[in-house]
Amino acid sequence: MNAALHSVLIILTASVCTILTRVAPFALFGRKKEVPGIIKYLGTILPSAIIATLIVYCLRNSISLKPPGGFAEVLSIMVVVILHKWKRNTLLSIAGGTIVYMILIRFVFV
Amino acid sequence: MSRESIKAFKYAFIQSVPVLFGYVFLGAAFGILLQKAGYNYIWAMFASLTVYAGSLQFVLVSFLSLGTALTTVALMSLFINSRHIFYGLSFIERFKETGKAYPYMVFSLTDETYSVLCSLKVPDGINKNTVMFLIALLNHVYWVAGSVLGALIGQMIPFDATGIDFSMTSLFVVIFLEQWKSSRNHTPALIGFASGIFFLVIFGPDNFLLPSLVATVVLLTVCRPFIKFREEK
Repeated sequence: MNAALHSVLIILTASVCTILTRVAPFALFGRKKEVPGIIKYLGTILPSAIIATLIVYCLRNSISLKPPGGFAEVLSIMVVVILHKWKRNTLLSIAGGTIVYMILIRFVFV
Repeated sequence: MSRESIKAFKYAFIQSVPVLFGYVFLGAAFGILLQKAGYNYIWAMFASLTVYAGSLQFVLVSFLSLGTALTTVALMSLFINSRHIFYGLSFIERFKETGKAYPYMVFSLTDETYSVLCSLKVPDGINKNTVMFLIALLNHVYWVAGSVLGALIGQMIPFDATGIDFSMTSLFVVIFLEQWKSSRNHTPALIGFASGIFFLVIFGPDNFLLPSLVATVVLLTVCRPFIKFREEK
Protein backbone atom coordinates (compact mmCIF):
# COMPACT_ATOMS: atom_id res chain seq x y z
CA MET A 1 0.00 0.00 0.00
CA ASN A 2 1.01 3.58 -0.63
CA ALA A 3 2.96 4.84 2.40
CA ALA A 4 1.20 8.22 2.61
CA LEU A 5 -2.20 6.59 2.38
CA HIS A 6 -1.27 4.12 5.09
CA SER A 7 -0.19 7.06 7.28
CA VAL A 8 -3.54 8.80 6.73
CA LEU A 9 -5.31 5.56 7.64
CA ILE A 10 -3.22 5.18 10.81
CA ILE A 11 -4.19 8.68 11.94
CA LEU A 12 -7.86 8.17 11.03
CA THR A 13 -7.94 4.81 12.85
CA ALA A 14 -6.49 6.45 15.95
CA SER A 15 -9.01 9.26 15.61
CA VAL A 16 -12.05 7.00 15.22
CA CYS A 17 -11.00 4.75 18.13
CA THR A 18 -10.35 7.76 20.36
CA ILE A 19 -13.78 9.13 19.49
CA LEU A 20 -15.28 5.70 20.29
CA THR A 21 -13.81 5.78 23.80
CA ARG A 22 -15.13 9.30 24.32
CA VAL A 23 -18.60 8.61 22.92
CA ALA A 24 -18.97 5.22 24.67
CA PRO A 25 -20.10 6.45 28.11
CA PHE A 26 -22.67 8.80 26.56
CA ALA A 27 -23.97 6.19 24.11
CA LEU A 28 -23.99 3.24 26.54
CA PHE A 29 -24.96 4.81 29.83
CA GLY A 30 -26.84 7.90 28.71
CA ARG A 31 -30.19 6.37 29.66
CA LYS A 32 -29.56 3.80 32.33
CA LYS A 33 -27.29 4.81 35.15
CA GLU A 34 -25.82 1.40 35.97
CA VAL A 35 -22.31 0.80 34.60
CA PRO A 36 -21.40 -2.93 34.31
CA GLY A 37 -18.87 -4.00 36.91
CA ILE A 38 -16.33 -5.35 34.45
CA ILE A 39 -16.26 -2.03 32.55
CA LYS A 40 -15.87 -0.11 35.78
CA TYR A 41 -13.11 -2.47 36.83
CA LEU A 42 -11.14 -2.41 33.56
CA GLY A 43 -11.55 1.33 33.14
CA THR A 44 -10.11 1.90 36.59
CA ILE A 45 -7.17 -0.47 36.50
CA LEU A 46 -6.24 -0.67 32.79
CA PRO A 47 -4.67 2.80 32.55
CA SER A 48 -1.92 2.09 35.08
CA ALA A 49 -1.15 -1.27 33.46
CA ILE A 50 -1.06 0.26 29.98
CA ILE A 51 1.19 3.13 31.04
CA ALA A 52 3.65 0.64 32.55
CA THR A 53 3.66 -1.28 29.24
CA LEU A 54 4.14 1.98 27.35
CA ILE A 55 7.26 2.76 29.37
CA VAL A 56 8.64 -0.61 28.27
CA TYR A 57 7.60 0.30 24.71
CA CYS A 58 9.58 3.55 24.88
CA LEU A 59 12.66 1.66 26.05
CA ARG A 60 12.25 -1.29 23.68
CA ASN A 61 15.29 -0.46 21.57
CA SER A 62 17.60 0.56 24.40
CA ILE A 63 17.20 -2.19 26.96
CA SER A 64 19.88 -4.83 26.42
CA LEU A 65 22.52 -6.76 28.30
CA LYS A 66 25.27 -5.34 26.10
CA PRO A 67 26.73 -1.94 27.08
CA PRO A 68 25.56 0.79 27.21
CA GLY A 69 22.35 -1.24 27.65
CA GLY A 70 20.10 1.70 28.42
CA PHE A 71 22.18 3.44 31.08
CA ALA A 72 21.34 6.91 29.78
CA GLU A 73 17.63 6.02 29.79
CA VAL A 74 17.67 4.61 33.32
CA LEU A 75 19.61 7.62 34.68
CA SER A 76 17.25 10.07 32.96
CA ILE A 77 14.19 8.24 34.28
CA MET A 78 15.70 8.56 37.77
CA VAL A 79 16.01 12.32 37.17
CA VAL A 80 12.31 12.45 36.17
CA VAL A 81 11.32 10.51 39.31
CA ILE A 82 13.44 12.66 41.63
CA LEU A 83 12.26 15.94 40.05
CA HIS A 84 8.66 14.80 40.24
CA LYS A 85 8.91 13.66 43.87
CA TRP A 86 10.52 16.99 44.70
CA LYS A 87 8.40 19.59 42.87
CA ARG A 88 5.51 17.56 41.40
CA ASN A 89 5.48 19.85 38.38
CA THR A 90 4.76 17.81 35.24
CA LEU A 91 6.44 20.18 32.79
CA LEU A 92 9.56 20.55 34.94
CA SER A 93 9.89 16.77 35.32
CA ILE A 94 9.48 16.13 31.58
CA ALA A 95 11.79 18.97 30.50
CA GLY A 96 14.43 18.07 33.12
CA GLY A 97 14.51 14.39 32.19
CA THR A 98 14.63 15.12 28.46
CA ILE A 99 17.45 17.68 28.78
CA VAL A 100 19.52 15.34 30.98
CA TYR A 101 18.97 12.55 28.43
CA MET A 102 20.02 14.76 25.51
CA ILE A 103 23.19 15.75 27.39
CA LEU A 104 23.99 12.17 28.42
CA ILE A 105 23.77 10.72 24.91
CA ARG A 106 25.97 13.49 23.56
CA PHE A 107 28.74 13.65 26.13
CA VAL A 108 28.67 10.60 28.38
CA PHE A 109 27.32 7.53 26.59
CA VAL A 110 28.40 8.45 23.08
CA MET B 1 -19.42 40.30 20.32
CA SER B 2 -21.75 41.12 23.15
CA ARG B 3 -20.50 42.20 26.52
CA GLU B 4 -21.61 38.91 27.99
CA SER B 5 -19.68 36.76 25.58
CA ILE B 6 -16.55 38.84 26.16
CA LYS B 7 -16.96 38.20 29.88
CA ALA B 8 -17.41 34.48 29.22
CA PHE B 9 -14.37 34.40 26.97
CA LYS B 10 -12.22 36.19 29.52
CA TYR B 11 -13.29 33.80 32.24
CA ALA B 12 -12.78 30.71 30.05
CA PHE B 13 -9.34 31.92 28.98
CA ILE B 14 -8.14 32.45 32.56
CA GLN B 15 -9.32 28.94 33.49
CA SER B 16 -7.46 27.48 30.54
CA VAL B 17 -4.08 29.17 31.10
CA PRO B 18 -2.48 26.19 32.90
CA VAL B 19 -3.47 23.99 29.95
CA LEU B 20 -2.10 26.60 27.54
CA PHE B 21 1.45 26.11 28.83
CA GLY B 22 1.18 22.35 29.08
CA TYR B 23 -0.37 21.85 25.65
CA VAL B 24 1.90 24.23 23.77
CA PHE B 25 4.97 22.55 25.27
CA LEU B 26 3.80 18.95 24.80
CA GLY B 27 2.21 19.74 21.44
CA ALA B 28 5.50 21.24 20.27
CA ALA B 29 7.38 18.16 21.43
CA PHE B 30 4.94 16.07 19.39
CA GLY B 31 5.35 18.34 16.35
CA ILE B 32 9.15 18.16 16.51
CA LEU B 33 9.02 14.37 16.80
CA LEU B 34 6.63 14.04 13.90
CA GLN B 35 8.74 16.36 11.76
CA LYS B 36 11.85 14.31 12.62
CA ALA B 37 9.98 11.20 11.48
CA GLY B 38 9.44 12.87 8.09
CA TYR B 39 5.94 14.35 8.53
CA ASN B 40 5.58 18.12 8.19
CA TYR B 41 3.32 20.63 9.96
CA ILE B 42 0.28 19.71 7.84
CA TRP B 43 0.47 16.18 9.23
CA ALA B 44 0.92 17.59 12.72
CA MET B 45 -2.18 19.72 12.28
CA PHE B 46 -4.18 16.83 10.81
CA ALA B 47 -3.25 14.47 13.66
CA SER B 48 -3.82 17.03 16.43
CA LEU B 49 -7.15 18.14 15.00
CA THR B 50 -8.58 14.65 14.49
CA VAL B 51 -6.95 12.46 17.16
CA TYR B 52 -6.49 15.04 19.91
CA ALA B 53 -5.15 12.65 22.55
CA GLY B 54 -1.73 13.43 23.96
CA SER B 55 -0.15 10.15 24.98
CA LEU B 56 -1.63 8.30 22.02
CA GLN B 57 -0.22 10.82 19.55
CA PHE B 58 3.30 10.26 20.89
CA VAL B 59 2.95 6.53 20.29
CA LEU B 60 1.44 7.37 16.92
CA VAL B 61 4.73 8.91 15.76
CA SER B 62 6.47 5.58 16.04
CA PHE B 63 3.47 3.80 14.50
CA LEU B 64 3.67 6.15 11.52
CA SER B 65 7.39 5.74 10.96
CA LEU B 66 7.16 1.95 11.30
CA GLY B 67 4.00 1.69 9.17
CA THR B 68 2.32 -0.31 11.93
CA ALA B 69 -0.71 -2.49 11.09
CA LEU B 70 -4.10 -0.81 11.60
CA THR B 71 -5.32 -3.51 14.03
CA THR B 72 -2.45 -2.71 16.39
CA VAL B 73 -3.17 1.00 16.02
CA ALA B 74 -6.87 0.44 16.76
CA LEU B 75 -6.35 -1.74 19.82
CA MET B 76 -3.64 0.53 21.16
CA SER B 77 -5.88 3.59 20.73
CA LEU B 78 -8.79 1.88 22.50
CA PHE B 79 -6.56 0.67 25.34
CA ILE B 80 -4.66 3.90 25.92
CA ASN B 81 -7.87 5.91 25.87
CA SER B 82 -10.01 3.47 27.86
CA ARG B 83 -9.77 5.89 30.79
CA HIS B 84 -11.89 8.37 28.82
CA ILE B 85 -14.96 6.24 29.55
CA PHE B 86 -14.76 7.50 33.12
CA TYR B 87 -14.38 11.11 32.19
CA GLY B 88 -17.57 10.96 30.16
CA LEU B 89 -19.50 9.31 32.98
CA SER B 90 -19.19 12.44 35.09
CA PHE B 91 -20.71 14.60 32.36
CA ILE B 92 -23.52 12.48 30.89
CA GLU B 93 -26.28 14.80 32.07
CA ARG B 94 -24.28 18.01 32.09
CA PHE B 95 -23.14 17.95 28.45
CA LYS B 96 -26.69 17.48 27.17
CA GLU B 97 -27.45 20.99 28.36
CA THR B 98 -24.80 22.48 26.07
CA GLY B 99 -27.11 22.18 23.04
CA LYS B 100 -25.37 22.52 19.70
CA ALA B 101 -21.97 22.14 21.34
CA TYR B 102 -22.87 18.68 22.70
CA PRO B 103 -21.03 16.54 20.07
CA TYR B 104 -17.94 18.72 20.30
CA MET B 105 -17.93 18.56 24.11
CA VAL B 106 -17.94 14.75 23.91
CA PHE B 107 -15.23 14.69 21.23
CA SER B 108 -12.88 17.09 23.00
CA LEU B 109 -12.96 15.66 26.53
CA THR B 110 -9.22 15.13 27.11
CA ASP B 111 -7.57 14.54 30.50
CA GLU B 112 -6.78 18.23 30.86
CA THR B 113 -10.17 19.54 29.70
CA TYR B 114 -11.82 17.07 32.05
CA SER B 115 -9.83 18.30 35.03
CA VAL B 116 -10.53 21.96 34.24
CA LEU B 117 -14.26 21.33 33.73
CA CYS B 118 -14.47 19.32 36.95
CA SER B 119 -13.09 22.13 39.06
CA LEU B 120 -15.15 24.80 37.31
CA LYS B 121 -17.16 27.21 39.45
CA VAL B 122 -18.63 29.79 37.12
CA PRO B 123 -19.77 32.97 38.89
CA ASP B 124 -23.30 34.28 38.38
CA GLY B 125 -23.88 36.42 35.32
CA ILE B 126 -21.67 34.30 33.05
CA ASN B 127 -23.22 31.60 30.87
CA LYS B 128 -21.82 28.29 32.11
CA ASN B 129 -22.46 26.42 28.87
CA THR B 130 -20.57 29.02 26.86
CA VAL B 131 -17.67 28.86 29.29
CA MET B 132 -17.48 25.07 29.09
CA PHE B 133 -17.51 25.15 25.30
CA LEU B 134 -14.88 27.88 25.13
CA ILE B 135 -12.56 26.05 27.52
CA ALA B 136 -12.85 22.88 25.42
CA LEU B 137 -12.25 24.84 22.22
CA LEU B 138 -9.32 26.90 23.56
CA ASN B 139 -7.56 23.77 24.81
CA HIS B 140 -7.94 22.14 21.39
CA VAL B 141 -6.55 25.29 19.75
CA TYR B 142 -3.52 25.28 22.09
CA TRP B 143 -2.82 21.65 21.26
CA VAL B 144 -3.05 22.14 17.48
CA ALA B 145 -1.03 25.39 17.64
CA GLY B 146 1.68 23.72 19.75
CA SER B 147 2.03 20.78 17.36
CA VAL B 148 2.17 22.99 14.25
CA LEU B 149 4.69 25.27 15.95
CA GLY B 150 6.85 22.28 16.92
CA ALA B 151 6.79 20.87 13.39
CA LEU B 152 7.71 24.28 11.95
CA ILE B 153 10.50 24.86 14.47
CA GLY B 154 11.86 21.41 13.70
CA GLN B 155 11.78 22.28 10.02
CA MET B 156 13.21 25.80 10.15
CA ILE B 157 15.85 25.61 12.85
CA PRO B 158 18.17 22.78 11.91
CA PHE B 159 19.27 21.99 15.45
CA ASP B 160 20.24 18.50 16.45
CA ALA B 161 17.11 17.28 18.21
CA THR B 162 18.37 13.74 18.79
CA GLY B 163 16.99 12.53 22.09
CA ILE B 164 14.00 14.91 22.18
CA ASP B 165 11.82 11.82 21.88
CA PHE B 166 12.73 11.08 25.47
CA SER B 167 10.03 13.64 26.36
CA MET B 168 7.57 10.84 25.56
CA THR B 169 9.25 8.45 28.00
CA SER B 170 9.35 11.22 30.60
CA LEU B 171 5.66 11.96 30.08
CA PHE B 172 4.74 8.32 30.63
CA VAL B 173 6.96 8.11 33.72
CA VAL B 174 5.20 11.17 35.16
CA ILE B 175 1.74 9.70 34.43
CA PHE B 176 2.93 6.42 35.95
CA LEU B 177 4.08 8.18 39.15
CA GLU B 178 0.79 10.05 39.45
CA GLN B 179 -1.22 6.86 39.00
CA TRP B 180 1.00 4.97 41.42
CA LYS B 181 0.35 7.64 44.02
CA SER B 182 -3.41 7.71 43.53
CA SER B 183 -4.02 3.95 43.57
CA ARG B 184 -3.78 1.70 46.57
CA ASN B 185 -3.30 -1.42 44.50
CA HIS B 186 -0.14 -1.59 42.41
CA THR B 187 -0.76 -5.06 40.94
CA PRO B 188 -2.12 -3.71 37.59
CA ALA B 189 0.96 -1.51 37.09
CA LEU B 190 3.27 -4.42 37.94
CA ILE B 191 1.37 -6.80 35.64
CA GLY B 192 1.59 -4.29 32.76
CA PHE B 193 5.32 -3.84 33.34
CA ALA B 194 6.09 -7.56 33.72
CA SER B 195 4.02 -8.48 30.67
CA GLY B 196 5.82 -5.80 28.63
CA ILE B 197 9.28 -7.09 29.60
CA PHE B 198 8.24 -10.74 29.13
CA PHE B 199 6.92 -10.28 25.59
CA LEU B 200 9.78 -7.93 24.67
CA VAL B 201 12.24 -10.72 25.47
CA ILE B 202 10.18 -13.31 23.57
CA PHE B 203 9.02 -11.41 20.47
CA GLY B 204 11.60 -8.61 20.25
CA PRO B 205 11.11 -4.82 20.04
CA ASP B 206 9.01 -4.77 16.85
CA ASN B 207 6.30 -7.28 17.69
CA PHE B 208 5.81 -7.36 21.44
CA LEU B 209 3.29 -4.57 22.03
CA LEU B 210 0.06 -6.19 20.86
CA PRO B 211 0.51 -9.63 22.52
CA SER B 212 1.64 -7.88 25.67
CA LEU B 213 -1.47 -5.67 25.79
CA VAL B 214 -3.81 -8.58 25.11
CA ALA B 215 -2.11 -10.67 27.80
CA THR B 216 -2.43 -7.77 30.24
CA VAL B 217 -6.18 -7.41 29.65
CA VAL B 218 -6.73 -11.18 29.93
CA LEU B 219 -4.62 -11.43 33.09
CA LEU B 220 -6.37 -8.48 34.72
CA THR B 221 -9.80 -9.91 33.86
CA VAL B 222 -8.89 -13.32 35.24
CA CYS B 223 -7.36 -11.80 38.37
CA ARG B 224 -10.41 -9.62 39.01
CA PRO B 225 -11.55 -11.51 42.15
CA PHE B 226 -8.11 -10.98 43.67
CA ILE B 227 -7.59 -7.35 42.80
CA LYS B 228 -9.41 -4.99 45.08
CA PHE B 229 -9.80 -1.58 43.55
CA ARG B 230 -11.11 1.69 44.78
CA GLU B 231 -14.18 2.64 42.80
CA GLU B 232 -14.01 6.00 41.18
CA LYS B 233 -16.71 8.48 41.90
